[in-house]
Amino acid sequence: MTAGFIPQALVYLTAAIVCVPITKRLGMGSVLGYLLAGMLIGPYFLGFVGMEGQDIMHFAEFGVVMMLFLIGLELEPSHFWGMRSRILGMGSVQVSATTLLAGAGLMLLGFSWQAALASGLAIAMSSTAIVLQSMKEKGLGDTNAGKSSFSVLLFQDISVIPVLAFLPLLAATTIQIKSGHSMHMLEGLPGWLQAVAVLGAVSFVVLAGRFIIVPFLRLMAGTNLRELLTAAALLIIIATAGLMQIVGLSPALGTFLAGVVLANSEFRHELESDIEPFKGLLLGLFFIAVGASINFRLIMDLPFQILSLVFLIIILKTIVLIATGRFFKLSFDQNLIFAIALSQVGEFAFVLFAFIHQLGILSPHWADIMMVVTALSMTVTPFLLFINEHFILPHFGTLETLEIQADAIDVQHPVIIAGFGDFGSTIGRFLRANGIEATILDNDSDRVDLLRKMGFKVFYGDATRFDILKSAGAGDAKILIAAISDPSTHHELIDRLQKHYPNLKLMVRVKDRAEAYDMIDLGLSDVYRESLDTSIRLGVDVLVKLGRRRYSATRAGHMFLKNDEAALLKLAPHRHDERSYIFNAREQIRLQEQLLADDRNANPALNDHAWENDRYKEEQGK
Amino acid sequence: MNRILILFAHPRYEKSRINRSLLEQLTGSQGITIEDLYELYPDFNIDVDREKSLLMDHDIIIWQHPLYMYSAPAMIKQWIDMVLDFGWAHGAGVDNLKGKVAFNTITAGGTRESYDRDGFNRYTMQEFLYPFEQTARLCKMNYLPPFAVQGTYRLSDAELSWYAALYKTMLEFLSHCDLQEDMHKHPYLNDWFLEKQGRKGP
Repeated sequence: MTAGFIPQALVYLTAAIVCVPITKRLGMGSVLGYLLAGMLIGPYFLGFVGMEGQDIMHFAEFGVVMMLFLIGLELEPSHFWGMRSRILGMGSVQVSATTLLAGAGLMLLGFSWQAALASGLAIAMSSTAIVLQSMKEKGLGDTNAGKSSFSVLLFQDISVIPVLAFLPLLAATTIQIKSGHSMHMLEGLPGWLQAVAVLGAVSFVVLAGRFIIVPFLRLMAGTNLRELLTAAALLIIIATAGLMQIVGLSPALGTFLAGVVLANSEFRHELESDIEPFKGLLLGLFFIAVGASINFRLIMDLPFQILSLVFLIIILKTIVLIATGRFFKLSFDQNLIFAIALSQVGEFAFVLFAFIHQLGILSPHWADIMMVVTALSMTVTPFLLFINEHFILPHFGTLETLEIQADAIDVQHPVIIAGFGDFGSTIGRFLRANGIEATILDNDSDRVDLLRKMGFKVFYGDATRFDILKSAGAGDAKILIAAISDPSTHHELIDRLQKHYPNLKLMVRVKDRAEAYDMIDLGLSDVYRESLDTSIRLGVDVLVKLGRRRYSATRAGHMFLKNDEAALLKLAPHRHDERSYIFNAREQIRLQEQLLADDRNANPALNDHAWENDRYKEEQGK
Repeated sequence: MNRILILFAHPRYEKSRINRSLLEQLTGSQGITIEDLYELYPDFNIDVDREKSLLMDHDIIIWQHPLYMYSAPAMIKQWIDMVLDFGWAHGAGVDNLKGKVAFNTITAGGTRESYDRDGFNRYTMQEFLYPFEQTARLCKMNYLPPFAVQGTYRLSDAELSWYAALYKTMLEFLSHCDLQEDMHKHPYLNDWFLEKQGRKGP
């Protein structure tokens, strides 16, 4: 046993860093690695952590909360609404069928009907954390299996609330439990008032998301301190979770809702990348805690009983899930992925079994066994998914190709514009007028707000961040236009893009000649000096106002632009050699003067049409 | 070997079924250079020096374009005005283009019969092309009758590929034949070549 923060952190982090890469390399995902790390440092093996694992678990459950917030962020309300039949239909079929069948099985083992029903409900729950994490790691989130899993999990998470309310009715004695679950303050209130409070809290989250949180985030963004926005994001999550606890709803659900509400805001990508690392670490901690809490002594005492229970429960859940999938017309292989992914008993079962035990519905002995069964079934899932993916699916069924295409049309455009000031927005408007939509990144929240009102798809975010580039679709886009006015940002952005997305065509706005040289040094050829065309156009107008014909003046402007661009590329490689640069610059100036002079004099065809040639006229006049 | 320069102008090439068929099969052919003028000079700012050196490098110059209002699209005229200037292309003692061959490759919606004294268009194709003929002559070039694909709106895919194949074989033949030969006996270069090969129309 260790005490103190630093040794403990040392143990947890080391265990994770040792185990996770191994399982990841073996293709079984990070979840199994964390679980194994937990078992290893737990009381039955190395004994670095003891029973405080439970406390850590409570803390780490926050990882699940954050995960649901992130899931919410990725789900626009319209998508969410579109999934309603899947959520209600598949979810209710799965939960009720599993509960009844598992309950019936437990009654055969000699459970009372109350105990069987209560345990059945707990067994029906699957692990949101494991399933979604695994789906995401395997890139299955957008497939039918991924969406169906998500729908069922969401239904389960929602149903935990009524289940918690319902369980006390099953208690044999009607003693008022001193409930370790009196986390909510409304317990004493009459039912209808509780309902009102719950509805009120939910509507508050929805309305606050629209009218308080977004303006608040804009304010935070206005300070230009990145960590302040991170703090704000964490605050949103914690405040929502707290509010939900007060009214007795699951914090995970509350933050999920907050996520959905914010999915439409311009801060979506920024929030996503701010929360992502916290979520990852806390989820890892959660899995470690689960692993550490597995009671191996009990397994050693009753190996046959426990292992067969795990086996039977997984089989039962899988069968129910396959039937559900069939009923809702999942294809064979999608159905198999879906069923096996959800076949474990999930983290909510820990809560439910603990509660059932407190209510006196289930004996302490059986409650312990069920806890172990739950943890073991979670540990088995990554193996099952691995086996399914590598040994079962290749033999039956065809792996459904990711439906990225359909999804991509939603946000991912062939062009990304980073920086949407005057420069970038003109490009955006021009492209749009020609039927090309661009994904736009900008980190001025006021401007983002304005442009969104004008109907542009603008994301608030710092374009130099890899994760934001990734979510903006840099992997699929063809062209990225760097139109940011700050040159130092450009360097960072270009470095990052060249490293991670070498196939993305880069087109860059620069301020002046010197900056243009810098960009050419970085290997770019599509470099646009922001004032070049404008000043030439002005020059052309000067010529016109001084009496030149517009056509001749315009042609002179075109010529000048062309020569200047050519000179730029020619000079760039010599810039570092000072002397050669000066020589070249002089040569270029001379060249340009000569070209311009040619334009005016030596080659009259350029400014005067051949038939208006002075020499020709002279000759004809003789 | 006679090197061929196709000066192609079509402001809406992406919509031109006929010109695409004629040109796409030619890309990469030895000794044939295709200049897509509207693509090269979208602002009509023709690079005169470049065009002049291209002319010097080739023996057969083809203006390939659709017939718009009985003449070439504006770009061809711009090219002629800019590149064929006095003192370089023509004038006393100027021989830069002397002896080169020039002709038009025309695509036109009207049928061959419509270009006739008694036809809908009242003049022959040769008459509509007089400015080109005289321009070529002024530059001391040998101007040939046009190669024409006519009645394009009613052309079937099979007929179109027949024309495309004919164009290609004709250009290949021209790149190896003796340019002194008389190619003026027919109103269209198509007919001269078909007769040469002993073949019939589509």
